[in-house]
Amino acid sequence: MKFNKLLTSAAVLAISAGAAFAEGEVIGFSQIGSESGWRAAETTLTRNQAEERGYQLQFSDAQQRQENQIAALRSFIAQGVDAILIAPVVATGWDSVLQEAKEAEIPVVLLDRMVDSDPSLYLTAVGSNLVHEGEVAGKWLAEAVGDKPCRIVELQGTTGSSPAIDRKKGFEQGIAGHANLTIVQSQTGDFTRSLGKEVMESFLQSENGGKDICALYAHNDDMAVGAIQAIKEAGLKPGEDILIVSIDAVPDIFKAMADGEANATVELTPNMAGPAFDALEAFWANGTVPAKFIQTESKLYTQADNPAGEYEARKGLGY
Amino acid sequence: MLLSIRSLTKSFPGTKALDGVDFDLRSGEVHALLGENGAGKSTLIKCLTGAYQRNAGTIALDGAEIEPQSSGEAQELGIGTVYQEVNLLPNLTVAQNLLFGRELRRFGLIDSRAMRAAAQEMLGDYGLDINVDRDLGGYSVAIRQIVAIARAVALSGKVLILDEPTASLDAREVQMLFTVVRRLRDRGLGVIFVSHFLDQVFDLSDRVTVLRNGRHVVTTETAALTRMTLIEHMLGRTLQDEVLHNPPPDRGKREKMLEFSGFGRRAVVEPFDLVIGKGEVVGLAGLLGSGRTESAELLFGLRATQSGEARDQNGKLDLSGPRAAIAQGFGFAPEDRKLDGIVADLSIRENIILGLQARRGWMRPIPRAEQNRLADSYIKRLDIRTSGKEKRVGELSGGNQQKVVLARWLAMNPRFLILDEPTRGIDVGAHAEILHLVHELVEQGMSLLVISSELDELMAVSNRVIVLRDRCHVAELVGHEISGESIMRAIASTEEKVE
Amino acid sequence: MHGTLKRLAPQLIALATLIALVSVFYPGFLSVSLNDGRLVGPVVDVLKRSAPVALLAVGMTLVIATRGIDLSVGATMAICGAVAAYAVSAGYGLPVAMLLAIGAGLLAGLWNGCLVAIVGVQPFVATLILMTAGRGIAQLITEGRILTFTDPAFAFLGSGNLLGLPMPTWIWICVAVLTTLLMRRTALGLLIEAIGINRRASALAGVNAVVLLIAVYMAMGFCAALAGLVVTADIRGADANNAGLWLELDAILAVVIGGNSLLGGRFSIAASVIGALIIQTISIGIRLAGFPSEYNLLIKAVLVVVILVLQSPRFGTEWHYWRQQLQFKRLREGKIAK
Repeated sequence: MKFNKLLTSAAVLAISAGAAFAEGEVIGFSQIGSESGWRAAETTLTRNQAEERGYQLQFSDAQQRQENQIAALRSFIAQGVDAILIAPVVATGWDSVLQEAKEAEIPVVLLDRMVDSDPSLYLTAVGSNLVHEGEVAGKWLAEAVGDKPCRIVELQGTTGSSPAIDRKKGFEQGIAGHANLTIVQSQTGDFTRSLGKEVMESFLQSENGGKDICALYAHNDDMAVGAIQAIKEAGLKPGEDILIVSIDAVPDIFKAMADGEANATVELTPNMAGPAFDALEAFWANGTVPAKFIQTESKLYTQADNPAGEYEARKGLGY
Repeated sequence: MLLSIRSLTKSFPGTKALDGVDFDLRSGEVHALLGENGAGKSTLIKCLTGAYQRNAGTIALDGAEIEPQSSGEAQELGIGTVYQEVNLLPNLTVAQNLLFGRELRRFGLIDSRAMRAAAQEMLGDYGLDINVDRDLGGYSVAIRQIVAIARAVALSGKVLILDEPTASLDAREVQMLFTVVRRLRDRGLGVIFVSHFLDQVFDLSDRVTVLRNGRHVVTTETAALTRMTLIEHMLGRTLQDEVLHNPPPDRGKREKMLEFSGFGRRAVVEPFDLVIGKGEVVGLAGLLGSGRTESAELLFGLRATQSGEARDQNGKLDLSGPRAAIAQGFGFAPEDRKLDGIVADLSIRENIILGLQARRGWMRPIPRAEQNRLADSYIKRLDIRTSGKEKRVGELSGGNQQKVVLARWLAMNPRFLILDEPTRGIDVGAHAEILHLVHELVEQGMSLLVISSELDELMAVSNRVIVLRDRCHVAELVGHEISGESIMRAIASTEEKVE
Repeated sequence: MHGTLKRLAPQLIALATLIALVSVFYPGFLSVSLNDGRLVGPVVDVLKRSAPVALLAVGMTLVIATRGIDLSVGATMAICGAVAAYAVSAGYGLPVAMLLAIGAGLLAGLWNGCLVAIVGVQPFVATLILMTAGRGIAQLITEGRILTFTDPAFAFLGSGNLLGLPMPTWIWICVAVLTTLLMRRTALGLLIEAIGINRRASALAGVNAVVLLIAVYMAMGFCAALAGLVVTADIRGADANNAGLWLELDAILAVVIGGNSLLGGRFSIAASVIGALIIQTISIGIRLAGFPSEYNLLIKAVLVVVILVLQSPRFGTEWHYWRQQLQFKRLREGKIAK
């Protein structure tokens, strides 16, 4: 029954697609893989964006291998697609294949990650500014706390990784100038929920059972979700006794915000394709060459931004 | 006097392995060091090579007292050792082994051409002309032994200790080795020769020192000794000569117990028939590689047969593997004790009960008291020399390890026990004890299959002897037909046919 | 009893010294208080957070005793956690979910055991296969996201309390004690040690090495399943990407700190479990002492090296030797003085 329905809707889609896409541009998209929920959401959103705009998307999953990505790009070039999107798995080794694309006059847009090649080889890169994300979080906390003294504990990402370094730096910039805010504990939680919880337990232990902690800053939402459980198990109220701000804006943190257990998150949008397509459309229309780096918006969400609604809107994206 | 040991004493918890032992070694002599299992031979050698630190006594080399802390230090002092299991690296070339640790270099790089020349020269001294660029592992044990000697002499040059060097050599190889040793002796080296082959001791050594139970018994010129006096010194009792040279009591017909027909496997053993009587000892004779061990492995289910079946009076037997064979009341004491027999890190007690426990299944552990009783009784019955039943089997001497393996099978009370080279690498006393044991078991009604390279031994125990040649059972000798001559003729006659 | 204590002495001394060391940097380390009927304090955290590694160490001790190794346990944890979370969120209830998860763990062990015992692949290579593929299987089940659930009974496994102590603590203590009893009150321990020391000789003596080896890898899978359940219950979600990541190495380390030889043979489950406690004490101690994250791995490595060096047989004999020499010297001097 269900299967039948699926078939029909697929058929309808195919017919409508045929009509709408007859004039549609063909876009090749080489994705790294599906190693995280965020990556899956990026794929979903790219597909949605392409559909909305009437493009035909050629999708290729590289399963974390550069050679697969290079092969995919060569095949896109051979097909003569109108543009290529790529989330490069590593930074180096792209020169020759990008050169081939340039010679074939196919514009290439990098998503989310950068490459070490000469900027003339690609049209533009769309990505987030990690330092800026941290700064947004820091500024929100400074404002929320006001003049009260506040002891902050920080859950870092994987030690030495660039998101951990940049988000730490940005947050410190965000709270700079507010002497009442001090980071008293900072340890790595490896970006994982379980270590977020475990390390938070130690923070609570060493900060007088958590009574001395005023706020938690976590480098990603997953660690924050783990820490919220630790705070609850220690008999405190997350979101009230301890303010919680983190980065990424994954669905589970909106659920926590809807329950009043988290206070704010800064979005690392998986919608990299939107700005990329905007740039491409402008380029096709009148040859406008975009800037070499398009920074996505690091939007701040708080409990006032209808977290329950945001959760519903995001949970189907594959996070 | 090249080497002079006075009042050497070494104790271990519970035992005194050496108790005030004196030992002298002259330049240019081969001095045999003899003794039963546990007499203290290896402890003495380990004190000399720095593996053990002595508790008391002096060791003087060229008049100066020495106290080596490691075999490397002993080597630098001039004492080199070659063991039965050659301690070289089989996957390096002969030249690399000879010059290991002092490679010849040119411009900081290893100069293989110079190394090859040096290695060939070293071996030339021993009358050995082999390709030194081949891996050592590709050569026979005898050649590996000579390479080890060459290396030890080159490094040390005063005293050479040979610890059971001939145990895995055939007669021709032994002579090749002895030629080398004599040449070294004539060059002025002092050689300490440890062996349990008395013939070789008489053949090679100039003097003999006998140890017993950690004490010095006698040191004398070899020429002044007879075989019997030497054995007397070693055992402290006269070896019952009839054990080795008396025919087994009864060679008459026996009640048929097991019947194997058409057992065989291609490229292993040609199909053969074999009948085992109750309380009968069947000997398997043949040269190395003739298929003796392989026949036994087929009978015990260690190798799958491609043809044949086994039956007893109740019908067909399932021999699909060791466990199945054990369930039929079979037992198998293998030739290679270290690899296939003992479980070195387990205690004597655990080794003895292992088979019994495996047969009972893991859910029914043998109570500790019962384990102790079994271990104690077999230690006593087989005269296993040990400071206690909890000692690691790996620490026992070869003969005692063999006794532990036998004890494991006896504890399971098999009806058919296969003994593959039961006395190999075992000293005289234990040898006699094990042959005694065979007689004892037969009297209790057990049937045995004994594989041995020693004709004397086979003749002493067997009611029947089966001779193998080129993976074929070629002859069966019964009763009065059994003699050293008839067995050798059986092996040789077929050789003639090949001609 | 005396023998057991002697066997465990190096591990117990290492643990005590470590606790003393941590207490210097964080004086309240040993303080425990009662809060809502549950014990609270760093020591309780150690006992709770050791659970995954301690559980794995129990199974790993047996595998290593057979001269094997199992690199796939981290991935097996992820699979079992995912299976349980999937079953619970599909509404099957905790008992069914646990049975399915344990079944998955046993199946993983069966696969490894067959490769090792029947096909004859080296354990390192055999278990590497599932180590690589297992996480992918777990991701297929969770569809690459953290599969969260709300079942309170399941969550109780991870964060509940019984008689003042956290559930994970009870779980690993029970598994360690029951496994030790199973090994030592039956002949299993002896037979496992025998095949670890000399598989050929044991098989020839009638020990069923093939079945025992498979059983040992299945026991490992069982332990990994429990560890997977604990970590999944703890965060109320199955994180296929991170659950049990690199824990196989911590488990092997715990076994080694426990003084068990990687060459197989004699083993002590208690010592391995203390090894797991040592590892967790180091992690929590470093965090409480407040060292910057950058130094964590370094400090951990240095402490582990020191512990292993102090426990090495070589160090033991050297120490023994020097003590003996000192005694001799004193004796000789005494003689001269006379």
